[in-house]
Amino acid sequence: MIAQYVLSGLTTGAIYALVALGFAIIYNASHVINFAQGEFVMIGGMASAAFFDAGLPLPVAIVLSIGVATLVGLLLEKLAVEPARDASVITLIIITIGASILLRGLATLVWDKKIHRLPAFSGEAPIVIGSTAGGATLLPQVLWVLGVSAAAVALLTWFFRRTLTGKAILAVSHNRLAARLMGISVRRVLAVSFGLSAALGALAGALIAPISFTAWDVGVMLGLKGFAAAILGGLGSSAGAVLGGLALGLIESLGAGYLSSAYKDVFAFLIIIAALVFLPNGLLGRRAAERV
Amino acid sequence: MFLRTLVAAAMALALSPLAEAQPIRIGAFLSVTGPAAFLGDPEQKTLELYVEKLNAAGGVLGRKLELVAYDSAGDAEKARGYVKRLIEQDKVDVLVGGSTTGETMAAVPLAEAAGMPFISLAGAVVIIEPVKKWVFKTPHTDRMACEKVFADMRARGATKAALISGAGGFDRSMRAECLKVAGAQGVQIVADETYGAGDTDMTAQLAKIKGTPGVQAVLNAGFGQGPAIVTKNYRQLGIGVPLYQSHGVASKQYVSLAGDAAEGVRLPAAALLVAETLPDADPQKKVVTGYKRDYESRFKQEVSTFGGHAYDGLMLAVEAMQRARSTDKAKVRDALEATRGYVGTGGVVNMSAQDHMGLDLSAFRMLEVRKGDWTLVK
Repeated sequence: MIAQYVLSGLTTGAIYALVALGFAIIYNASHVINFAQGEFVMIGGMASAAFFDAGLPLPVAIVLSIGVATLVGLLLEKLAVEPARDASVITLIIITIGASILLRGLATLVWDKKIHRLPAFSGEAPIVIGSTAGGATLLPQVLWVLGVSAAAVALLTWFFRRTLTGKAILAVSHNRLAARLMGISVRRVLAVSFGLSAALGALAGALIAPISFTAWDVGVMLGLKGFAAAILGGLGSSAGAVLGGLALGLIESLGAGYLSSAYKDVFAFLIIIAALVFLPNGLLGRRAAERV
Repeated sequence: MFLRTLVAAAMALALSPLAEAQPIRIGAFLSVTGPAAFLGDPEQKTLELYVEKLNAAGGVLGRKLELVAYDSAGDAEKARGYVKRLIEQDKVDVLVGGSTTGETMAAVPLAEAAGMPFISLAGAVVIIEPVKKWVFKTPHTDRMACEKVFADMRARGATKAALISGAGGFDRSMRAECLKVAGAQGVQIVADETYGAGDTDMTAQLAKIKGTPGVQAVLNAGFGQGPAIVTKNYRQLGIGVPLYQSHGVASKQYVSLAGDAAEGVRLPAAALLVAETLPDADPQKKVVTGYKRDYESRFKQEVSTFGGHAYDGLMLAVEAMQRARSTDKAKVRDALEATRGYVGTGGVVNMSAQDHMGLDLSAFRMLEVRKGDWTLVK
């Protein structure tokens, strides 16, 4: 029984983790929480399903959908965020909320209001763990989600620590004025971060769709849970995002299993409130050191 | 004197065909846009289509029908405003509409006060319980779906069932009704799990159900993608007892989303969804295949039960006017209440002073998914 709850928690947790990673990139660049992150995930899922239904092979469909989402991310940055780049962080956050509503509306026009599916990458036959008849099961697709999350963490860590662009993004986040004085183009950094997180969100959307389907409005809840996971793990930390996602998934499934499924989300959000009070920087968040 | 009588007679003569030509006005308020557009859109299309068809066939009582329709957009407050306008300004002869229960309940006091026959297209039991003098409804209720499922469970020897439901309005209403009627149907609910809107995985809830001793069948009261995920997770966990879904997902979409996992799943559904599969002897066969053909050839989209509710609403009103031989509101109301053996898309309707819906459990058919398609359970 407990084994199944843990595997269920890993399934949802892996999904939250992948969504949470997208929040980390834009936060790193601008301290903006991009509330349209869930919509990038939705675009990834919906575009993949649309391209796949049009007869394209699955990998091609996913690559194309990532392209579409990246373009949307860049346009969002260019048309909505950049014109207001000198506004406060709160204003930018509100802009992303508006963008998320717009993107959902556009999705119903470009596609439709129906629920779509995408085939699992490597079959639907569940993997049984444990030899007894009551063994716990896991879908192979979950391993894809976990694997991609791990790879994304590794790549992002390398990107932020070792590449000039990555370092420039971190520099802008730490001190925008100083970064600009050092010759870093803030505009380019913002564009890169929006494009990158849109691409990652779209990849997440395509990976999640075989497990939980996709529709024009899936971004709302996924975005919210992913945001919660990012907060729990520590905003801006990619490893923290994954850890936060998995923790959130496990809390939910163990809560649903041993306490009550009706209050599943309540436990999750209670833990987050507790984390915010006692660990304001999350599990792996950097201590914000303000230099005078 | 003579002249005046002559003029009066001439005027009467001149006026009478005019009076005859006054159309019968059908007042409708539907959620054509907004969150409940999936209800109101097919309803509006159906009313337009059949008003046109009835007029082409010579109208009703020798008069043309005229549809006066407003879009209440799923908003009870708007519905109230439009119903007031329909009664006071448009002076309609009968009200057909109220796509959602909220819109319907907002219109009920107005219809009752004005003495206006009102046929609602919304689902909840509260519309007709307690009975309201002027209010009728065409769709079947959640409670009937629960009763149909529990009766089928009993027939398969299952008396202990688990319930899993979502957080939406449909899900919650059906869950409450199922909990209410389970005892009377001889089924004991031994587990009652829920999942949230937008949840991506329900294996935790299902594992809990799997671990509950004595579960002989599982019912998922749900709407949207939740039930398809539940179905996939159910197979993933290898739960052996029968799985039932609700009429909320009685569509081809559910089967294509859940794929192979849907094999063997049973659910109650209106006859309209299995129009072609019905045996020729079925009383509803002719009505449902006819409506399906008319609707799909005209609008190039798949027929839904919601449009069928509007068809039944319009036809019940028309039939009542024909039996009453007038559009006098009190007479039409009495004729509606006296409806017996009307065969519609929703079932065979037998109204009475105590029952303003008139459907019984035969309105639902128990379907099973076999080889990716619906089959009727005998």
